[in-house]
Amino acid sequence: MTRQRSSRKRSGAIAKSRPNAVQNWLLRHFQVMLAALGRLSQYPVSTLMTSTVIGIAVCLPAGMWTILDNVKQLSGSLDGAASISLFLQIDANEQQISDLQQRLLKRNEIADIQLISRDAALAEFRQLSGFGDALDLLESNPLPAVMVVMPSRQHSTPAASAILLQSLKTEPLVDIAQLDLEWVKRLSALTQVAFRAVLILGTVLALAVLLIIGNTIRLEIQNRRAEIEISKLVGATNGFIQRPFLYTGFWYGLLGGLTAWLMVTVSLWLLAGPAETLSLLYNSSFELNLPGFSASLVMIFSSTLLGVAGAQLAVSRHLHAIEPE
Amino acid sequence: MIRFDNASKRYPGGHEGISNVSFHMRPGEMAFLTGHSGAGKSTLLKLIGLLERPSRGQLMVDGRNLGKLGNHLVPYHRRKIGMIFQDHRLLHDRTVFDNVALPLVVAGVGHQEIGRRVRAALDKVGLLNHEKSLPVTLSGGEQQRVGIARAVVSKPPVVVADEPTGNLDPDLSREIMNLFMQFNSVGVTLLIATHDIALVNAMQQRVLTLHQGQLVRDTGSY
Repeated sequence: MTRQRSSRKRSGAIAKSRPNAVQNWLLRHFQVMLAALGRLSQYPVSTLMTSTVIGIAVCLPAGMWTILDNVKQLSGSLDGAASISLFLQIDANEQQISDLQQRLLKRNEIADIQLISRDAALAEFRQLSGFGDALDLLESNPLPAVMVVMPSRQHSTPAASAILLQSLKTEPLVDIAQLDLEWVKRLSALTQVAFRAVLILGTVLALAVLLIIGNTIRLEIQNRRAEIEISKLVGATNGFIQRPFLYTGFWYGLLGGLTAWLMVTVSLWLLAGPAETLSLLYNSSFELNLPGFSASLVMIFSSTLLGVAGAQLAVSRHLHAIEPE
Repeated sequence: MIRFDNASKRYPGGHEGISNVSFHMRPGEMAFLTGHSGAGKSTLLKLIGLLERPSRGQLMVDGRNLGKLGNHLVPYHRRKIGMIFQDHRLLHDRTVFDNVALPLVVAGVGHQEIGRRVRAALDKVGLLNHEKSLPVTLSGGEQQRVGIARAVVSKPPVVVADEPTGNLDPDLSREIMNLFMQFNSVGVTLLIATHDIALVNAMQQRVLTLHQGQLVRDTGSY
């Protein structure tokens, strides 16, 4: 009975002391974290300069990635719509065209056909090309009628559309048959190259961030040499001594990430207007999107991670070498 | 509490810090370590605080074999040894309070406990009214007392002092020695290196004398 009570008492004491230890530990980390920020705020100019350098290094690949992501979305939306344009003989009459359309629609490779009559083609050309006045000088409409053929889903692969293209070319009424996939493919391939280039650039710049923060922390360690020596003298562990430096790296990374986010957002906002004008010229509803929530989070998080890693690099190289004499 | 068994320290380059030193100090004992400069006094104290490692022989402090203590355990060993230096080794951009609090902070002592113990230590060395001062505004004797407060604030069982009165005049030196006597009277094992023979003779304590790294005289316990 007594034994039971005392053991319950003891386990109660342990349960009570453990959250306290964790709380203490968290509290100490929090204090060191704030102290590191406090130290940085004592030298606002150099802190701002360092975080801006980091911000620029992070914002370059992040900004380019965001733009490429936009372009990829654009080409992605076009990818599925790999249509075949059939430019018909200029002297084809309406009855012939209608017959052809009916016949083609019966083929199961073809999902839909959009017919652009000669008049409609002329109207569209007049509107988009800016050569309206010049067209008035022509006696007759120089444009042929066009059929835009949409392959059905199972025949929209590049190979299947190529076969369909060949068979459509044999139609006597068809003057020129053209697969509109080519430029989509090229754009997509070009985006892939650009993505790879940004990835390489990003890696190189991540290395730069690592070294910038590492070097900044190294100088900080040199400046606080006496403090480190004396702390070791009175029994500070390496973990205790490196903590403030790791948090300094954390803050540099975080501030750099926020700076980068700000730069990317402002740059894209400045680009949005001209990009819209450009896309209107291509008759597209393309809109430049700002980095989304998760992309922003990734940007800031990776910058912070680089900050801590850079600090760890400096700390593991330089801190252990300082021993009291 | 402190046991040297044929302990030697040879520095890279062949210079011998101490060679084949053997002695034993009981818990709560007080002793002076004398000898000319370069006789190995500092080396011996550094070995106790593991600022140096012995190259040969055995060294036990507070039941721990220091030769076999892993590097990661060194900080925990140092928390049990109060160290006092001739040049004080204070942080000049921190207040007296923060300097004395450092050993407690690194040991993870709670905030309120730190305040209580730092003030108790400062009270003991008579500097309670200087807790907010910076060390540079204090005299040499006062700075040394800050160093002493820092060494004893975490109540270590062993305190070693390297020429603690080296820069002080005789009156201040005697004051510092009285402080050490007080710590010794509450059971702290104390080893004080000094070349101030007059002071040592006046204190009537055990004396260990080093000459060229060797222990040449041990008066034994009083």
